[in-house]
Amino acid sequence: MSNAVQPRNSYLDAPYGVAAWLLTKDHKRIAILYLISITLFFAVGGMFAAGIRMELLTPRGDLWTPDLYNKLFTLHGVVMVFFFLIPSIPAVLGNFLMPIMCGAKDLAFPRINLLSWYIYLLGATVTLAAVFNGGLDTGWTFYTPYSSVSSQTSVTTAAVGVFITGFSSILTGLNFIVTVHRMRAPGLTWFRLPLFVWAIYATSLVMILGTPVIAITVLLVGAERALHLGFFDPARGGDPVLFQHLFWFYSHPAVYIMILPGMGVISELVAAMSRKQVFGYSFVAFSSLAIAILGFLVWGHHLFVSSQSIYAGLVFSIISMLVAIPSAVKTFNWTATMYKGSVSWESPTWWVVGFMGLFTIGGLTGLFLATIGLDIHLTDTYFVVAHFHYIMVGGAIMAYMGGLHFWWPKMTGKLYSEGAAKTSAVLVFVGFNLTFFPQFLLGYMGMPRRYQAYPDEFQVLNVLSSAGAGVLFLGYVLPAFYLTYSIFKGAQSPANPWGATGLEWTIASPPPTFNFDEEVIVTEPAYNYKPTREVHVG
Amino acid sequence: MANPHEHALPAAGLTHTPGHDAAHAHEHNPNLQHHFYSMEQQLEASTLGMWVFLVTEIMFFGGMFMVYIVYRIAYPEAWVHGSNHLKVSLGALNTGVLICSSLTMALAVRAAQIGSRRGQVLNLLLTIVLGTVFLVVKYFEYAEKFELHLVPGPDFNSTGVIPLANDPTHQQLFFSIYFMLTGVHAAHMIVGIVLMMVILVMAMRGRFDSSYYTPVEISGLYWHFVDIVWIFLFPLLYLLGAHLGAHGG
Repeated sequence: MSNAVQPRNSYLDAPYGVAAWLLTKDHKRIAILYLISITLFFAVGGMFAAGIRMELLTPRGDLWTPDLYNKLFTLHGVVMVFFFLIPSIPAVLGNFLMPIMCGAKDLAFPRINLLSWYIYLLGATVTLAAVFNGGLDTGWTFYTPYSSVSSQTSVTTAAVGVFITGFSSILTGLNFIVTVHRMRAPGLTWFRLPLFVWAIYATSLVMILGTPVIAITVLLVGAERALHLGFFDPARGGDPVLFQHLFWFYSHPAVYIMILPGMGVISELVAAMSRKQVFGYSFVAFSSLAIAILGFLVWGHHLFVSSQSIYAGLVFSIISMLVAIPSAVKTFNWTATMYKGSVSWESPTWWVVGFMGLFTIGGLTGLFLATIGLDIHLTDTYFVVAHFHYIMVGGAIMAYMGGLHFWWPKMTGKLYSEGAAKTSAVLVFVGFNLTFFPQFLLGYMGMPRRYQAYPDEFQVLNVLSSAGAGVLFLGYVLPAFYLTYSIFKGAQSPANPWGATGLEWTIASPPPTFNFDEEVIVTEPAYNYKPTREVHVG
Repeated sequence: MANPHEHALPAAGLTHTPGHDAAHAHEHNPNLQHHFYSMEQQLEASTLGMWVFLVTEIMFFGGMFMVYIVYRIAYPEAWVHGSNHLKVSLGALNTGVLICSSLTMALAVRAAQIGSRRGQVLNLLLTIVLGTVFLVVKYFEYAEKFELHLVPGPDFNSTGVIPLANDPTHQQLFFSIYFMLTGVHAAHMIVGIVLMMVILVMAMRGRFDSSYYTPVEISGLYWHFVDIVWIFLFPLLYLLGAHLGAHGG
């Protein structure tokens, strides 16, 4: 049906059918496979969240049993972190765009790329088997000795699921690193790379250095449960706090696996939507690496109250605050990029601006938590919950949605409804703040996380939060409709609907199977926008 | 601004050069995958990919070494006593076996590079045999631990091999780490042997010559890595008793 305009050879048209898709080695098709799977898991994780927010409408734990409530928040965390957030931008947008932005025909290892999707599905299936076979109630953090000794739920199965999924992440990161090093087109030097590629590269470093550690950690927990090997059980001479060190050695950097690609997306969108070179390109590029490196040195701030030495705590506190520097470099440079740019208020810009507001709040409240004295008061309260949702949902998912809207015409060749997209961005922004800002207040007042009942005086804020979750739900469901609608009924997109620079905008929408007809040679830096308005003003 | 292809390609500064492709056309190798431009690029990408993978393996084993270090510092005496229950002779034998297998592996890569099919097959077979010998020796070591009830669990030390004064609780921790480290290492050996069998079949079919030997080379990297892990495991697990015993009394 899409051949009406002109005969094409797009990756969507050429060999069709279930087998052709399921055995594809084309990075663009694998990105679409990931898009569909992570969207399903986002819906599953969202259902668990809905269960939590419904229970918290009333102070008494009257909707679910305490056991079921424990499973709800655990599964919400596990599904959202491991099966949505971590693969989201890298596996969907990264897979689709990275080779094109490097001027390559595909990733370095197309078969391994497909394998990583199957490993992801296998890990997800095993984890879902745990959900239906007794559930999981340890919290997504799997803290020992509860997880390794006490819990009566399917911890071993879930641990195996997370272990398997880790390899999907490792293989994706490996593929990206080799692609950036070895597949760049002639002339595409490191400092001509789009900042999205820098961010994905930094993310990949975290993936390959961090993920193996969580893999061995959950394997040790599984071995402790299944084979009676004692590592973290005090009765067998082990130390439960060692588990926390190993767990957070991965899981804190994992936060940067979620947010760094988002920052890369925002860099692209800010430049394209302001028609300007990104302010301080090399600073933004290196800030991604700085975040990746610092991210490995701050895990101890999760252990301020876990009998960690106070001197270790001080060091971790200071290094945690240092993360604010590269984060602020990015935020200020984006703002400086927009300053005096010719900003076009098309739908991606709305997500970008939303991201900046929410990420700033999330980042600044991180400083509160990095301060040891304050953290002792705030540990395990809703303040922490609100903080990381501002980073992971307000930051990472806003950026993911912005990127999805920006590159949707490239991925599908279709244009969606601008009005609907802006409505969705506003709904998400308002709904998000309504959901999570009250949680800062609740946490500050001392409401602990992970309880289904709470004192009566917290009800107003909890009802506000649950109402916000409803708005947020609408904001996320709307794109599912208008984006799907655009595939069937949307107008044909030109090759470059936003007037943006970048190799991906020089090829057809949707791109041909091998991306470029001939070898690409790059002769210009990234974001080489011609001065427009300033010429006349200045 | 007068440059004509600025109009044809307004968004980015790139030019298409069909000539560049044509330059490579004459040396097209059937083993060259479509998304690479040259055999060198393909070899470099595959080798870098294996090195990156080995980095992840180092981090993977690193987690277990971390556990080992933390508990060794906390319970040095239990570590010495635990180590004394391991057979140094068998560990040393296996160390020798693996070092020899690394040699045959390196010779197999060399044979592929100079295009000797007989050398590849012979050396790969020897590598497989030596890897299997390692696992057989490991099996006898494990069997002995089961007989003596030195396997962690409810039955640990039920025969009283370890006197109470020698802190059986923390020796159990030592054996947990012993089984985890050597077990994961043995799993890597099994993967390596299967990998070698695949490479062997490919070598027998004459898939490799001096222009294309990437799979042999990167499988070799993996094999050497697994050997090197053992080079660390042997002193850390087996020789600890003698070492600490000599220095700490």
